[in-house]
Amino acid sequence: MITEIQTYFRELAASGINLTIFYDAFDFDRFVTGFGNTLLLILISAACSIAIGAAGAAVLTLGKGPAPACIRGYVALFRNTPLIVQMYFFYFAVGSIMPVGRNELGLPQPLIGSFSWAVISLSLYAGAFNVETFRAGIGAVHGSYEEAALALGYNRRQAFFSVTVPLALRFSFASLANNLVDLTKATTVAYAVGVAELLYVSNQIWSDSLNTIEMMNVMLVIYLTLTAAVVFIINRVEAAMRLPGFGLGDGQ
Amino acid sequence: MTLSSNSQPLISLRGVRKSFGAFEVLRGIDMDIRKGEVVAIIGPSGSGKSTILRTINGLTPINEGTINVGEIKVSDPKLDQVKLRHRVGMVFQQYNLFPHKTVLENVAMAPIQVLKQPRRQVEERARKLLAEMRLPDKANSYPGELSGGQQQRVAIARALCMEPEVILFDEVTAALDPEMVKEVLSAVRKVAEDGMTCILVTHEMGFAREAADHVYFTDKGVIVEHAPPADFFTSASDPRTKEFLSKVL
Amino acid sequence: MTSINLFSQILEWMPFVLQGFALNILMSLLAIAVGTLMGTFLGLGQLSTLKPLGIPSKLATQLFRNAPWLVLLFYCIFLMPYQVNIGGVVIQLPSWLRATIGFSFPVAANFSEIVRGSVNSIPRGQWEAAEALGYSRRATLFRIILPQCITRMIPPWMNLYALLLTATPLSMIVGVEEALGRTQAAVQAQGDSRVLIPMYLALLAMFFFYTWPINRLSLVVERRFRTK
Repeated sequence: MITEIQTYFRELAASGINLTIFYDAFDFDRFVTGFGNTLLLILISAACSIAIGAAGAAVLTLGKGPAPACIRGYVALFRNTPLIVQMYFFYFAVGSIMPVGRNELGLPQPLIGSFSWAVISLSLYAGAFNVETFRAGIGAVHGSYEEAALALGYNRRQAFFSVTVPLALRFSFASLANNLVDLTKATTVAYAVGVAELLYVSNQIWSDSLNTIEMMNVMLVIYLTLTAAVVFIINRVEAAMRLPGFGLGDGQ
Repeated sequence: MTLSSNSQPLISLRGVRKSFGAFEVLRGIDMDIRKGEVVAIIGPSGSGKSTILRTINGLTPINEGTINVGEIKVSDPKLDQVKLRHRVGMVFQQYNLFPHKTVLENVAMAPIQVLKQPRRQVEERARKLLAEMRLPDKANSYPGELSGGQQQRVAIARALCMEPEVILFDEVTAALDPEMVKEVLSAVRKVAEDGMTCILVTHEMGFAREAADHVYFTDKGVIVEHAPPADFFTSASDPRTKEFLSKVL
Repeated sequence: MTSINLFSQILEWMPFVLQGFALNILMSLLAIAVGTLMGTFLGLGQLSTLKPLGIPSKLATQLFRNAPWLVLLFYCIFLMPYQVNIGGVVIQLPSWLRATIGFSFPVAANFSEIVRGSVNSIPRGQWEAAEALGYSRRATLFRIILPQCITRMIPPWMNLYALLLTATPLSMIVGVEEALGRTQAAVQAQGDSRVLIPMYLALLAMFFFYTWPINRLSLVVERRFRTK
């Protein structure tokens, strides 16, 4: 079965469309590794950024004193500066003052590698946008629900977590989907700090095999599929959580 | 409509004042409500009726004056909120049922989570209340699946499940289609006839006349006049009262 | 003593970096202009009831919205010729110009969505009233609906510009000598790892102080134009 696929693509190469990843084992391995890294970047950063966004929005709503101001500062900083500069800052600048350990071969190895810095940077970047998303979702919940909870004896914190948060989530899905699609696209920036993600390995492959346009098209198709998958998943989650008679279209 | 022989009022307001920014909504309210009384508060929009209700259960803090519910001083900064909300329940104009919880959960959640009562007991009580509100088979439905009148009756059950001594009704029929007003008013009437102290802000003059023990008329932040309905609706003395009644009756 | 030397050393390199930043700004201004123009056509195309116009516009919009900016950049850099011959005149296409064209595509797609979104946010009643008065769909769109949309489109358009500016340093990867590239060069030239943090902070500050006012301004504009 595999040899048949390989033969097909070798013949295709002869007629001009050179997709080495499908018939060359080495290129195939590299490509799968790159794709795997991209998936890992997306999944880990998405999870972290959602956690950061939720925590940040909770602090903005419930917090007192300097804490909300700090969150506002964090959001302003990460939304108004380029992701690539942030990533360089973390990897090169902060990385330069981090302690250096030794790996098994006795060679110097930084404590936090490029992949980890990329995840940290992407999480903080997407997290800032998610804080805004969840804050807007909380704001969209009509104050009367909180009031009803207060009238039943809940305090502000209890009312927030029991009533406001579940409803705010329903309002946040569209914006969250947007942010996660942006995150998926943004994983390509990790290329700049040497993470072997999809763009990086594709670049390696087309440098070796000179099939630039084929690789770029494959990459494009994969990213379009990934973003479509993200939107699909969010839509399914939203549909599963849909409440009868409650939503943006109803007048309560 | 039983009246307690105890002459000490359950709820009393003295000299209550409240401003929102520069606008003074309540300009010195005095009220006494006895246990078991059914009190109706009527008046034009913006006269402060709903605000009075909200000050009684502490949703709106007051600027001046005192409010006492039994031995609880509502204006006390160290107020035990849970204790107050145990004694004073509220039903809102927009029902405000929690859309992400079933009807049964809506009715039962506060006694379980706030009063820490055992779940089984509370759920049994909740089911009984839903039956009294004639909604026994809606326990597992979501609020969004019910009509306005049904939702409001669930809201009444929710307030009742906290076993309060007083229930505040804030224009509970104002958002309902006319055909559903009757079913909700019957529910309120039943609650009153079972001995609950009720304070209603309402536009339903017929209901005030038949079900209330005492009617208060507010205008521009003060209580203009108050009397038992028999006297109030037939021989009101203040010209403002007469003008209002001539418009609504 | 050494910190003051460090400070003055970094300060010496600032004009070099700031000149690079000027290139970022130039790229962003060109890309927003071209992208807005293309995006207007794409957006109107999406709203068209003619299938041959509507479907390709929708596809193009989705394509350029969901493709990573860096991938589009690579496409333009690798596949665009170094120079074009228009009517006998040879125009050189340096890296930064090719990068700018590369940025125009996602900008166009985003603006296309802004146009579509703002037109759809106008209440149905407007269309119905116009139809009752005898306006054609086309006339309704251009005379009644779009004029109302202009003010709704400005805040997201400003946000788009800010986003675009923060995307321009990606062009460093394909060899454009803009602020990020110059910061890297400056750090390497000084050969001192102590300048890393201050220089990158300075670079972050440059972007922040240009972008943050724009985003704040868009909030003000939105509040001003909010109807009812």
